[in-house]
Amino acid sequence: MLPAIQLHAINKRFGEVHANKDVNLTVERGTIHGIVGENGAGKSTLMSILYGFYEADSGEIRVNGKPVSIRSPNDAISVGIGMVHQHFMLVETLTVVENVMLGAEGGVMLRGGEAKVRAELARLSSDYGLEIAPDAIVGDLSVGLQQRVEILKALYRGADILILDEPTAVLTPAEADALFELLRALRAQGKTVVLITHKLREIMAVTDRVSVMRRGEMVATVETKHTSPPELAELMVGRRVLLRVEKAEREPGAPLLEVQNLSVIDSRGVLRVANASLNVCAGEIVGIAGVAGNGQSELLEALAGMRQPVLGTIKFEGCEVRFDQHNPHGMRKLGLLHVPEDRLRMGLVSAFPAFESAVLGFTDDPRLGAGPFLDHDRMIADLTAKMEAYDVRPRAPRLKSSKFSGGNQQKIVLAREIERNPKVLLVGQPTRGVDIGAIEFIHRRLIALRDAGVGILLVSVELDEIMNLSDRILTMCGGQITGERKANETNEQDLGLLMAGVTEQAA
Amino acid sequence: MSAPIDLPKWADTVLVPAVSVVAAFFVAGMVVVGIGENPLTATRLLLEGSVGTGEGLGFTLFYTTNFIFTGLAVAVAYHAGLFNIGAEGQATLGGLGAALVLLNLSFLPGFLLIPVGILGAAAFGALWGAIPGYLQAKRGSHIVITTIMFNWLASVLIVYLLVNVLREPTNMNPETKAFPAQSQIPFMHEVFAAFGVEIAPSQLNLTFVLALAAAYAIWLLIYRSRLGYAIRTVGFNPTAAVYAGISPARITVIAMVLSGALAGGLAVNELMGYQHRLLLEFTSGYGFVGIAVALMGRAHPLGIILASLLFGILYQGGAELAFEQPAITRDMVVVIGGIIILFAGALEGLFRRLVARALMPAMRQARA
Repeated sequence: MLPAIQLHAINKRFGEVHANKDVNLTVERGTIHGIVGENGAGKSTLMSILYGFYEADSGEIRVNGKPVSIRSPNDAISVGIGMVHQHFMLVETLTVVENVMLGAEGGVMLRGGEAKVRAELARLSSDYGLEIAPDAIVGDLSVGLQQRVEILKALYRGADILILDEPTAVLTPAEADALFELLRALRAQGKTVVLITHKLREIMAVTDRVSVMRRGEMVATVETKHTSPPELAELMVGRRVLLRVEKAEREPGAPLLEVQNLSVIDSRGVLRVANASLNVCAGEIVGIAGVAGNGQSELLEALAGMRQPVLGTIKFEGCEVRFDQHNPHGMRKLGLLHVPEDRLRMGLVSAFPAFESAVLGFTDDPRLGAGPFLDHDRMIADLTAKMEAYDVRPRAPRLKSSKFSGGNQQKIVLAREIERNPKVLLVGQPTRGVDIGAIEFIHRRLIALRDAGVGILLVSVELDEIMNLSDRILTMCGGQITGERKANETNEQDLGLLMAGVTEQAA
Repeated sequence: MSAPIDLPKWADTVLVPAVSVVAAFFVAGMVVVGIGENPLTATRLLLEGSVGTGEGLGFTLFYTTNFIFTGLAVAVAYHAGLFNIGAEGQATLGGLGAALVLLNLSFLPGFLLIPVGILGAAAFGALWGAIPGYLQAKRGSHIVITTIMFNWLASVLIVYLLVNVLREPTNMNPETKAFPAQSQIPFMHEVFAAFGVEIAPSQLNLTFVLALAAAYAIWLLIYRSRLGYAIRTVGFNPTAAVYAGISPARITVIAMVLSGALAGGLAVNELMGYQHRLLLEFTSGYGFVGIAVALMGRAHPLGIILASLLFGILYQGGAELAFEQPAITRDMVVVIGGIIILFAGALEGLFRRLVARALMPAMRQARA
């Protein structure tokens, strides 16, 4: 049987960057094929070439053995390739049927097309066990179901080969499991699935074969059952990496941050944090586990002084934080620093050169320049030193912030906050979109900070990260803190239940 | 989706605008051909009239001064993420401020009265900018809508005041009496004459120097000061500003105050430097052209000076052209200005792509 996809000697350059270097890839029919690699390794570029977003500078694509020219997504669809993007391409105000029909309406009037879509949806649903109400408004569906609509869209257009780009980034563990079930059902029907991800656990769980990319090159393709996460990580980074950082047991010190009955509403008046109480002591890492969107972001923002809580008290080093101190400046002055969850929206100004982003929030510091002016030479010298210490690449303080990779941007933000000697550090999603090599570095830094007596409140949607780093773990669901565990006395299932809102009493 | 275009800085700041302007002149030339005139003659007349004679150059730089002020006004707001369409109204109020100060404090000597008059223009312009700024910051009223409305309010207000309040009873024209003689900003030819150098007389006055100083000050403010840092942070990323502890509402008001004050500079040049009285419609669209100037100059003071010079040449040279070749009317010149705005502003992306494609082999070679 001819392979579903054969890529031969694909090359693609973006200006200075050689994003794909002589890439070869063979995906067999009826398999689930994983593609892993660090950020910027060229996985997304390769898939974009296959789906017709970009054109390769050179190289050949064969689908089912036939050479094809794919210049646009329409060409890709016509040879049976469908793609499910990380960010869904759905119209939230339309129904499932209307979304599936979009771009394939079949004529000026909708009625004929709609009947066809309904019949086809019913068939697909029964074939793959996809339970979905055809007339539901897409905006009302959960994220997991919206993803199914995306998959249905691709299948409706006759996709034989399905590319999924980081499909589990937005899913709960249970939703991810359901997705994997679906992928296996697709495979059983003879479909081919290409799965792009950076989560090695998922690769191990669902794929038949896995290809590893590093710096634009395809470095290996292996049978999943003959490999292991450490081996894949080593292939991705090019050297041995520790997936789990070592940390010594340590008695926490005095409480630094004490939060009592905190409630926060968002700009639309929705209660996002309900009656949350927690404390963070010197020299401990408290992790907050939870599915994204359950109030963790608002909790962090309230503690950092970016949002006013409607109820509750915050004590810092035993003293209640006064109203006039409860703003980003005031909290920084107290010694509470904040590595925000979303570095591009909050942590940096992407259009600024790095040395300007590296003082965001600290421009009042008189060391940065006299009077009303900022001394650029001093800022550049300061960032150059930090870039050395945190191994930021490239070491170019004048480069635009947006031109650094995710991991290097995060190092710039971390350096900015850590080097200001915080007493308490709030850390949101420290390794989101960060490559494995940098993750290891960031984790070591956080542990070192904890060992130096800093209290760290860590919010992350990566359960592994929470379990690896934390001394104590709190779970959040629907704005409430649903449980507390010592890190060494819990496991994934236990936390998963708490994250799903099954509280101690009920359990 | 398409790949981002990365160009070396020199290509981005010099080559792309230059290519746009050349292309605009080419298309404008085709229009001139279309109405049966010789575009080369037209270009020659335009350049001779604007920079070919001392007098022409004086007028060109006088217009340039107006454009620098309104261009800077639009640019400062733009850096804070605000689209200030209201430079016209702010300049009108600036004229009112200058007139009130100069007519009521006429006992002051010139070296005091001139600065106070300039401050009056800036303060009234700032106030007229601050109100839409405040409404945007606190009430979320969109700045584009409010500044357009404030242009109308300003023009109605000034008509009312000039007809009913400020007009000399004996004067049939809606204008104030002349400003006191010591408040008039010296003409450039007078200044040069004082040093024994003779240049052709024109409207050009010392306000031109003030405009250049303002451009430098705004460069310092935007790119080197703490406040400018805050303004740019709010403009690029308001969420990051909140994270940093910068209040976007406060910065919005401050940026609009600065913007309005700069627009007041137009009144200084036109009224204190040339007309020497407050009259109707002295702003004559400079506030709107300031938007094009700021866009073309990429909101950078140096770019604004160059774009202002270009528009000054067009204004002055265009007037000469319309005079010499009646087939090319003033409206025609406006069309040419419009083509330049279209090419330099709206079609910039097109030229970036073309320049990138042309440079690609050279860039590859440089790498290899």
